[in-house]
Amino acid sequence: MNLALHAPILAIAVPLLGGFALPLWAKFGRPLRDLWLLLVSAATASLVGLVAFQVYTGGIQVYTLGAAWPTDTLAPGGFPIRIVLAVDALGALVGLIATLAALVGFAYAARYLAEEEGKTLALTLGTLLWAGMLGMAFTGDLFNLFVFFEVTSIAACGLIGYRTWTSRGPEAAFKTMVLYTVGGLFVLLAIALLYGEYGALNLAHLARLLRGSTVDRVTLALLLGGLLMKVGAVPVHMWAPDAYGEAPAQGVILLVANTQVSLYALFRILFTLYGGLADPGIGWLVVAMGTLTLLVASLMAVVQMDLGRLIAFGAVSQIGYMLLGVGVGLTVLASRPAYGLLALQGGIFHMLNDALAIGLLFLAVGAVEKAAGGRNLGALGGLGHDLKWTAAFFFLGALALAGIPPLNGFASKLMIYQGSFLLSPILSALAILASILLLAVFVRAFQGAFLGPRMLQPEPVPSSMLLAMGALALGVLVLGLFPDLVVRHVVAPAADALWTGREVYLRAVFGR
Amino acid sequence: MSVVVRTIARILVPVALLFGGYVILHGHLTPGGGFQGGAVAASAVALLLVAFGTSAVKGLKSPFAVLEDLGGVAFVVLGFLGIGYTFFFNVLAGSGGLFGAPVAPGPNPGFLNTGGTLPLMNWAVGFKVIGGLGAVVVLFALFGGGDDR
Repeated sequence: MNLALHAPILAIAVPLLGGFALPLWAKFGRPLRDLWLLLVSAATASLVGLVAFQVYTGGIQVYTLGAAWPTDTLAPGGFPIRIVLAVDALGALVGLIATLAALVGFAYAARYLAEEEGKTLALTLGTLLWAGMLGMAFTGDLFNLFVFFEVTSIAACGLIGYRTWTSRGPEAAFKTMVLYTVGGLFVLLAIALLYGEYGALNLAHLARLLRGSTVDRVTLALLLGGLLMKVGAVPVHMWAPDAYGEAPAQGVILLVANTQVSLYALFRILFTLYGGLADPGIGWLVVAMGTLTLLVASLMAVVQMDLGRLIAFGAVSQIGYMLLGVGVGLTVLASRPAYGLLALQGGIFHMLNDALAIGLLFLAVGAVEKAAGGRNLGALGGLGHDLKWTAAFFFLGALALAGIPPLNGFASKLMIYQGSFLLSPILSALAILASILLLAVFVRAFQGAFLGPRMLQPEPVPSSMLLAMGALALGVLVLGLFPDLVVRHVVAPAADALWTGREVYLRAVFGR
Repeated sequence: MSVVVRTIARILVPVALLFGGYVILHGHLTPGGGFQGGAVAASAVALLLVAFGTSAVKGLKSPFAVLEDLGGVAFVVLGFLGIGYTFFFNVLAGSGGLFGAPVAPGPNPGFLNTGGTLPLMNWAVGFKVIGGLGAVVVLFALFGGGDDR
C-alpha cells in the first residue's frame, strides 16, 4: 500500500473508524479509550499533514474511491461518475485548521470533561465531526459534500446538546438542528436540480458543463443560502450564539472550525463551480452579507452580559470579515487582480487566524466557567488574581481578534481593509468600526471577569487545559510576528487555488 | 396491552425481523438495502415496546449500542478491504466466493450471490441502523414517564 497515494482517503477513514470504535474501547476501560483516541488523533494528524505537504509541494492530489487505481477518476468510457477526492492548497489548509482545532480540543477535553457527564460520547462525536470536516475539505464531488455536511451537522448538534441536564443546552441544539437541516435541504435541492439538468455530480465536471441558465442561478442561490446558514452569516446566525454559548468549550472550537470548513465549501462553489460565470453581482451580495454580519454581530456583542454569548457574537462577526475579504476578491478579481487577490488572501488568512484567536477565547471562557462556576459578567470579577495564565490567554486572544498589532488578527484584517478600500472606502470604514466595537466589548469583558478586587475563590485550571490554550496562544503570536512568511508559503497558494487554480483543478480531476 | 395485541405482536415480531433481514440481504438487487431493512427490523423493537411495555426492552439498550458501534466499524473495515487497489474497491466481486459469483450480462431476475462487498456493507449498515433506531426506541421507553402498561 502506497501511503502517500492513499493519504487523502485515509485521513477521512481513520477518524471515522476511530470514532465508531471509541465507545467499544471505552467498554474495556478508560485508559484503553484514551490510548485509542491518542493513536487515532496522531495517525489522522500525520495523514492530514502528509496530504498538506504533498499538495503544497506537488500540486493537487486526486483520489478515486473504488477504482482500480487511485488516479483513475474517469469510469471506463471516459465519463466522470466516480466518487472523487480532490485536495488543492485551500482544501489542505482548511483540513489543517480542522486538525488543529481537533487536536487542541482533545488535549483540552482530557481534564475539562467529567467522566460521569458522558465524556466518551463527546469524544466520539468530536472524532466524527473531525472526520466530517476533513471529508468536506477533501471531497471533489457535490453529493459527498452534502453527505459530509450532514455528518458534521449531526455530530455538531450532538456536541451542542451535550449538557442534557441543563435546559438551554438541548434548546440550543434543537435550534441549531433546525437551521442546519433547512440549510442541508437547500443544498440537497440545489444538487438535485443540477443533477436533473446535467446528470452529473462531479464538481469539476459540473464546472465545465454549467452554462448560466435560470436553473443554475436558482441553484447558486440555494447553495449560497444553505451554506450561509451553516456558516452563521447574519440573517441566519441565530443558532451560533446559542450553540457557542451552550456547547462545552472543547466542542465550541470544533464548531468554529466547522464554520470555517463550511465557508470553504461556499468558496469552492463560488469560485470553482461557478467561477466560469463570474458575476460581480454575486460578489457584491457576498460583500453585503459580510458587512452586515460583522456590523450586526459586533453591535449585538456590546449588550451581552454572558461571557460565552459575548465571545460567540465576536465569533459571528469574524465570519463577516472572511465573507467581506472573499466577496471583494470575487467582485474585483477580474478587473483588478492585484487588489482582488489581496482581499482574497486576507479573507483566507483570516480563517486561520480566527480559528486560533477565537478558539483561544472560547477555551479561556471554558476555563473560567469551570474554575469559577459561572459565566455571568455581573457575578464574575477579580479572577486575574488567581487565574493568571487564563487571564493572559484571554487578553491575548481578545487583542488578536480586535486586530491589534503585532498579533495575527491585525495582519489579516489589514489585508481585508486594504482590499475592500478599493471597492468602496465605506466598506473598510465599517469593517474598522466593527473592530473598534469588538475591542471595546472585549476590554469590558476582560475588565469584568479578570480585573478588580478578588470576589471569589476559583479552582485552579488543570495544566492540560493551560497547555492547549498555550499552543493556540503561541500560534497567535507567531502568525502575528511573521505574517509575510505565512502569507507567502501557506495562504497565497490557497488563494491562487481559488482563482488561477480553477483550470488546474479541473484538469487534475479529468487527467487532461 | 390486551392479550390480542400481545398475541399479534408475538406473531409479528419474527415476521418484521425476517422481512427486515430480507430487505437488507437483497439490497444489491431490489429497492431497499441496509438502512431500509434496518428500519423495518427496528420496528419490531417498537412493537415489543408497545405490546409488552418498558420492562420487555429496557435490557436491550447496551446490546443495541454495541451493535451500532460494530456496524460502523464493520463498514469502514469493509472499505479498508480494498485498500490494495483503492479504498472501497470491491475485492470480492467476481472472486467466486461469498457473494462473488460473476454477474450474468443482460436482463435477469437478479442473483443473490453477486455484488462482492456491497451486500456485506448492506449488512453493516443494517446492523448499525437496527442498533441505532432500536437504542432510540429503548431510550424513549426509559425516559417516557414510566407509563408501563
